[in-house]
Amino acid sequence: MQPASVSHQASRRTALRLLALLGFTALAGKVQAAAPGWPEQAFQQKTDDDALKLLYGKPMEVSDKVTLDVPEIAENGAVVPVSVSTTLPNVTRITILVPENPSALAASYKLADGAMPSVGCRLKMAKTSNVVAVVESDGRLYSASKEVKVTLGGCGG
Amino acid sequence: MASTIRVRAQANGTSTDVQALIQHPMDSGFVKDANGAVIPPHHIETVTFEYGGKVVLHADWGPAVSKDPYVKFSFKGGAKGDPLVVTWVDNLGKTDTVTAKIA
Repeated sequence: MQPASVSHQASRRTALRLLALLGFTALAGKVQAAAPGWPEQAFQQKTDDDALKLLYGKPMEVSDKVTLDVPEIAENGAVVPVSVSTTLPNVTRITILVPENPSALAASYKLADGAMPSVGCRLKMAKTSNVVAVVESDGRLYSASKEVKVTLGGCGG
Repeated sequence: MASTIRVRAQANGTSTDVQALIQHPMDSGFVKDANGAVIPPHHIETVTFEYGGKVVLHADWGPAVSKDPYVKFSFKGGAKGDPLVVTWVDNLGKTDTVTAKIA
């Protein structure tokens, strides 16, 4: 039984490697109805720059007033806790991106007047990557980024 | 059917802390099942939190949000017993909504 299980593992590994490639191609050709107001185009972009261009279309600056709270090392890339908060005034939107994921844009939160400029959620990460938080305050963009080391990718399910 | 949304909203005088947990597979479309078939994308696209007839938080989510998503935020105001309406819509047009009471 031993050799059989070893070869099974090896083929599973190859399959996993392949599926990353195949999944990509499958998604690229897909057209689906999106929820009203959902920025479908932005979510399809592969790089953070392209996604941000579609979402905001304006320049941003790095700010130490944006606090990004992520673990240094994530053992399980399927569940990475991320929270973003800021001391900047009049925050209207908080966006979180993972540039190394198949599509960079992960989540975007629109905040009403009364909402505190702080959100937390859990994200999947395919591999070790920076996590970028972009805060829109008084119509201007401020960002912060931090690297999260992923020991087990979250795209393999 | 039991609701897919669990909400805990706690008023603490000046503001309300909200935590929500939604049951959803959040399939990204990058994963294959045991037979090698691609599991089609099935993920939540938008979640809204409504208080006092106003959307206090609108979330746009991509497939990178984890399975059984969790979200935490807070807003100014909110009193004990007030309703907070949480609604999600996914890419297949499915939706669920729940009215939670602020505690």
